[in-house]
Amino acid sequence: MNAIVFTALWGVIMMIAGAFVRSTTAPRYMGMLGIILVFVVNAMELTSGFSLFTLPTMDMVRSSTFNLTFLAVVFGITFLIFLLNGRDIEKIGKHKFEYFAILFFILCGVSLVSTFNNLLLLFLGIEIMTIPLYILTGSDKRNLVANEAALKYFLLGSFSTGLMLMGIAFLYGSNPVASFYINNMQFGVGALPVLTVIGMLLLLSSMSFKVSVAPFHFWTPDVYDGAPTVVTSFMSSVIKIAGFFAFLRLFENAFGVMHAQWQMLIALLIVATLLVGNITAIFQQSVKRMMAYSSIAQAGFMLFALFAMNDMAREGLVLYSAAYSLASIGVFGVLARMDDITYGGFNGMGKTHPLLALGTTVCLLSLTGIPLTAGFLAKFYMLASAVQTGVYFWLVVVAVLFAAVSAYYYFRVIRAIYFKSPEGNNEGIKVSRSFEWILLLIACLIIALGINPEWLLGWMFI
Amino acid sequence: MLGTYITFPELLIWIPLLAGILCFFIKEERAVKAFALIASVLILAVSAIALFYADESKYPGYNQVSYYWLKYLGNAYHLRLDSIGLLLSFLTALSYPLIFLSSYKQPRENAGKFFGLMLLTQAGILGVFSAYDALMFYFFWELALVPAYFLCSMWGGERRVPVTFKFFVYTFTGSLLMLTGIIYVYMHTPERIFSDGTSAMHSFSYSAFQAASLSAKEQGWLFWLFFAAFAVKMPIFPFHTWQPDTYDQSATPVTMVLSGIMVKMGLFGLLRWLLPVFPEGVAHYGNVVMWLAVIGMVYASLIAMVQDNLKMMVAYSSIAHVGLMAAAILTQESSGLQGAVLQMFNHGINIIGLWIVVDLIERKTGVKRISELGGVSHKAPALTIFVVIIGMANIALPITNAFVGEFLMFSSLFSYRILFAVLTLVCIVLAAAYILSMIRKVFYGEMVSSVKSITDISLMEKIALSVIVLFIFVLGIYPQPVLQFTESAIQALALK
Repeated sequence: MNAIVFTALWGVIMMIAGAFVRSTTAPRYMGMLGIILVFVVNAMELTSGFSLFTLPTMDMVRSSTFNLTFLAVVFGITFLIFLLNGRDIEKIGKHKFEYFAILFFILCGVSLVSTFNNLLLLFLGIEIMTIPLYILTGSDKRNLVANEAALKYFLLGSFSTGLMLMGIAFLYGSNPVASFYINNMQFGVGALPVLTVIGMLLLLSSMSFKVSVAPFHFWTPDVYDGAPTVVTSFMSSVIKIAGFFAFLRLFENAFGVMHAQWQMLIALLIVATLLVGNITAIFQQSVKRMMAYSSIAQAGFMLFALFAMNDMAREGLVLYSAAYSLASIGVFGVLARMDDITYGGFNGMGKTHPLLALGTTVCLLSLTGIPLTAGFLAKFYMLASAVQTGVYFWLVVVAVLFAAVSAYYYFRVIRAIYFKSPEGNNEGIKVSRSFEWILLLIACLIIALGINPEWLLGWMFI
Repeated sequence: MLGTYITFPELLIWIPLLAGILCFFIKEERAVKAFALIASVLILAVSAIALFYADESKYPGYNQVSYYWLKYLGNAYHLRLDSIGLLLSFLTALSYPLIFLSSYKQPRENAGKFFGLMLLTQAGILGVFSAYDALMFYFFWELALVPAYFLCSMWGGERRVPVTFKFFVYTFTGSLLMLTGIIYVYMHTPERIFSDGTSAMHSFSYSAFQAASLSAKEQGWLFWLFFAAFAVKMPIFPFHTWQPDTYDQSATPVTMVLSGIMVKMGLFGLLRWLLPVFPEGVAHYGNVVMWLAVIGMVYASLIAMVQDNLKMMVAYSSIAHVGLMAAAILTQESSGLQGAVLQMFNHGINIIGLWIVVDLIERKTGVKRISELGGVSHKAPALTIFVVIIGMANIALPITNAFVGEFLMFSSLFSYRILFAVLTLVCIVLAAAYILSMIRKVFYGEMVSSVKSITDISLMEKIALSVIVLFIFVLGIYPQPVLQFTESAIQALALK
């Protein structure tokens, strides 16, 4: 609750400040301050249940240590993005305050979708989250590719939101108590009414669209590729994990009783997503586009949380969110500072920028799922939760085979970094010393979570 | 202090790990070489002392350590060196100084990184031999692979990057399949009660894995999931295709690690995990694997016959030897297991000797084709003596170390299925043929021009090769201590 109000307030404050303050560095520092404050008020609510605001929410919002821990991850990741790429956000265009304000509005949407208990709030949250994102995607106004990406994102995004609204309507009409509350849908276990099935499928499609699960992924590569890299970094981390969290929350609460009936569907989606994401990623020449497809592939793994839907899956989703986002913002953060974003741009980075190379490599190893990085334990949790369900063991085998495929394209970057010689002195990579150290900090966090994930997961059980 | 604060397996992992990390920060090549050599000798000393504390009834807790790590998952940092683990750690510890000594004079680009990665690999390998917890085992298994990947890709021949990548993808796929197997068994283990009264739902501990309730059918396909990882590492036909190229293209010290020690990780995996955890799986599918191993032996021996490239020849001969060991392990007879364990040690020694020699020839003459060499013995008599001895050991002639092991394995295969024994015999004959003809062509006969200017081997190289020859003869004449050392562990593995 703290986070929802505070992020919205801070966004408004920044927007107003933009009208009066002329300083060029103020937005970045204000953004960082804001995110630290949000993190703190959220942590206060998590540890002691302290609430800044008491609003009559009519039980439409429900906080637990589970979703507050998740929000802590979200704010932590956003803070790291500001720290790593704050300057790049400023460089998007002229309206520096607005970019940060918009990011706070997005965070408000994220807070809503991670704590909603009512379908209307889910809808509201998704809209608050995505509409500012359409703007950010196209914020580089003179760039045609970005414009195309924004338009594409907007059209397809509104379409999927429409589907969601329709799904909500069907559910409202078909549940026995005519309720919008997801904890009070009261569907039986037996045969389902047709309207419920349609509603569920509509929600499944629209949520799949938001988290780019195949076959609803077509927007992802173009949008990720076209948007300014720092926005892509935000999109691939915070937006994606928030979408998954909402996905799991919705399906667990509203359709948990009939899990067995749609489990097979999720299994098929997992296979399709892993297949499309991994195989297409292999053929990309641009690392940014490869990372876009790899984010689809990673979504396949996160989908295991819905497939298994047990305690391990819930913990796993939080860990996976943190692990994947850390690695993803690391790689996109580096890409944001590079002129040449093909594999060639990474050539010889190990020689010219050893610290940067080390940080990037740790991120890539984590995405591949090598032990001692957070990515390994995250994948482990997901696979173990799926095995725990006791059905469809073949799905786990398929998933690890695709994880092996993913090594191909992640290691292709590592090969370029260490085993190719640089062209000139890699002048195309413009990073400062502090950038390198922040990247190493991210790498250390990845390794720390890989050694002891309890530092994060422990918060769920206080 | 030992046994209470620190134990041998911990020392054996932490010394190379820390020394390896330190190496990255040493800039000067000579300093880093000396440092790595000293570290490896220290590890050897620790490992040698550990051998004397093997008896767990007399020295409890010296070779065993267990902390909780991911406690709520039922995972512990549990290391334990049993006699087989001790023997293989000793092999690992012994190989490293030999490898470093034999290439001491060789200039090395980015020496800090090279020796750092070498020692990190050693830490991973030693961890694999001592892990008593399935997740730890997987961790170390990968920890050995990642530095090896960088080692093979950064130093070596021109085609090294794609070749190593193939190696990496093969082994990584195998490892991941094993991981799914580990997770599956984990989910079927009994609840674990910790000493402080808390409990975890399942457990990764070795004892829990042995107690897991798995039906015969489940054991059957779990057998294959685990075997995938081990088969690629050993390698067993038809998973061997990465191996000759990688051996050929990697820098020789790395090749020595791969062929001398890493191969043993696969065989060790059979002994430690496959036989005890999936007895019914082994009973059902062991025969298939033995067929693969034996086919691989014959196939590799035939290819080694016609190889002109010295390194390729050694690589294929290694596949043949490993196939024999795998087949012998799967007979599950005590003589076969005894022979295989003994041979795992001896093969490590012999193949490193062979690589040292091959590398010396290539470095001195700049040629690695057998057909382009000749008359080396005139210029390098000392080298020739070593080659002949190591060559004999590779053919498993009596009084060399390999004879005892191969004889034991041969006898177990003979009682298991005569056809296997006959095919093994053919392979031993083929080995004699290609090793002897190599020695004849390269060291005797007409001296070719590239050989004219070479010198005999240096003192460092003599020391390294002498140690190897010493082991060849000592274990050839008196293998009893090693056999006794591993006796009880092997009796536990053998079918009653």
